[in-house]
Amino acid sequence: MHFIFEPGFFSNTTVRTALVLGLLVSVVSAAIGVFTVVRGQSFAGHALTDVATAGGAGASLAVISPLIGFIGGGVLGAGAMDAIGVQRVKGRDIATGVVLGAATGLSALFLYLVTLQTSTTGSTQTILFGSVFTVEPSTLPDALWLTALVLATLFIIRRPLMMSSISPELAQSRGVRLRLVGLTFMVMLAVAVGLSAIVIGSILSTALLIGPPASALKFSNRFSTAVVFASVLGTLATWLGIILAYDSYYWSASHRGLPVSFFVVSLVVAQFVVANVLAQRRRVRVVHATEHHATPEQVGWI
Amino acid sequence: MVGIDLLKVEGLDVSIAGRMILRDVNFRIDHGEFTGLIGSNGAGKTTLLRVILGVQEATRGRVSVHGQTLTRSNSSVGYVPQKVLFEPDLPVRVRDFVALGLDGGTFGVARRSRHSFELVDEMLEAVEASKLSNRRIGSLSGGEQQRVLVAHALVRKPELLLLDEPLASLDPGSAQEIIQLLHTVVVKQQVAVLMSAHEMNPLLPVMDRVVYVANGRVASGTTEEVVRSDVLSELYGHHVDVVRVHGRVLVVAGEGDHTKSTLADHPAVIVE
Repeated sequence: MHFIFEPGFFSNTTVRTALVLGLLVSVVSAAIGVFTVVRGQSFAGHALTDVATAGGAGASLAVISPLIGFIGGGVLGAGAMDAIGVQRVKGRDIATGVVLGAATGLSALFLYLVTLQTSTTGSTQTILFGSVFTVEPSTLPDALWLTALVLATLFIIRRPLMMSSISPELAQSRGVRLRLVGLTFMVMLAVAVGLSAIVIGSILSTALLIGPPASALKFSNRFSTAVVFASVLGTLATWLGIILAYDSYYWSASHRGLPVSFFVVSLVVAQFVVANVLAQRRRVRVVHATEHHATPEQVGWI
Repeated sequence: MVGIDLLKVEGLDVSIAGRMILRDVNFRIDHGEFTGLIGSNGAGKTTLLRVILGVQEATRGRVSVHGQTLTRSNSSVGYVPQKVLFEPDLPVRVRDFVALGLDGGTFGVARRSRHSFELVDEMLEAVEASKLSNRRIGSLSGGEQQRVLVAHALVRKPELLLLDEPLASLDPGSAQEIIQLLHTVVVKQQVAVLMSAHEMNPLLPVMDRVVYVANGRVASGTTEEVVRSDVLSELYGHHVDVVRVHGRVLVVAGEGDHTKSTLADHPAVIVE
């Protein structure tokens, strides 16, 4: 690995920007992703990434910040899903599917127009699959306050959100306004997806949103623990992905670096596979110990 | 409050999507009473509980607690819904779930007080689930989950506890444990219980009063007053026999031209 020996790796502005963005996106994706997985809204989360694609492509056409496009598109998509009925279990897939279809059509149109406008496919590649090394350091303050906004909002609504995630009926009986909580959550999900799209692209942002939280949930008995664990897993995948992508420049004689997104997503999938194997082994251990009259706590059940 | 019924339901009609579910429902529940809400599947038991809870609007009539019209999220009323499925991966410990009974509807940044945790421990002890406190809720058995749901509903110290089919999908042993637990709660904490079930026999030893739902109408009173041939025949709109055998009550459709179709519509009538 050349980066270990290459002087100035961490002082390189592009790398530092990428690492900080990776950290922010990993933390925000972990926090929102844990609730997304528990609420069974992974499909809605994925659909929002496609809506963000349309927003990102639209921003590229309008020559404005892609971040504004990604987030603006996502928020509009979240509002549309809510209006159609994403909060209702029976209407969830329909609402998501309708918005997903419309957004994909718009994305196809906008990406085609972007290609005509720029005469290259570079922008399309960046919108769909991200390019964290091309993000300007000036994007960081926006990313920082958007991260703070999502985390603060989630913290404020955490209890009603937990209640409605565990059982909407129980939450309703406690006076939780399901629509308000659900819509707030969807808007924050759209912001998180928009942020993630900058780092690994709109299409692949589902990976960070779902992968680390799904792995973390297998070993956590509290929402807060799951968020911390998922943040660590996501950050590890993102940082290691950035380092590997940077280093891949030296892997071939042609000096063509491989995309960050590929490494990040591969690492997220690897984490998930390992987490499943470990969880399965622990389940076997618990069953075996319980048969021998040990309590789950005694064998490390959390 | 002495002299005022804890719960009073007066002239209640409920229609959903143009279909009349309940009509002219009247009954009352006093402090510390164990009331069974009995009826076959689809009779309107859940709808009635949801109206009492304030999450379903009535077409006509009034529901009051202590003489005051009930509002949504009234702390006087606790609720255990039907069929809460806790996924094994749900990252919630038992004690945290019970604590959500206190503050699950609250926005804000405040941390839980020591008093909250004391209340949680007290409720877990009341339902004999203290040793489950740190377990993940999805890892518990059905009977254990019901205990925890009861603790969650009781933690705000309600005066009335509504339970929607808590015995469904429990084995007979666990069902008996839950009934005994609820009876203890009624006696020790002076909480009134309104519990729906389609099988009345398991509740007979503990039930002070029965609210029997059939054909969208309701008969209420003590078991002896309600579970009688004349009362249930009136309720079902055809002849019904009530037979008592070895301490169990059997409600069977009587003879008549319309008997077969009625049996098909109300299978629980045969069982009870």
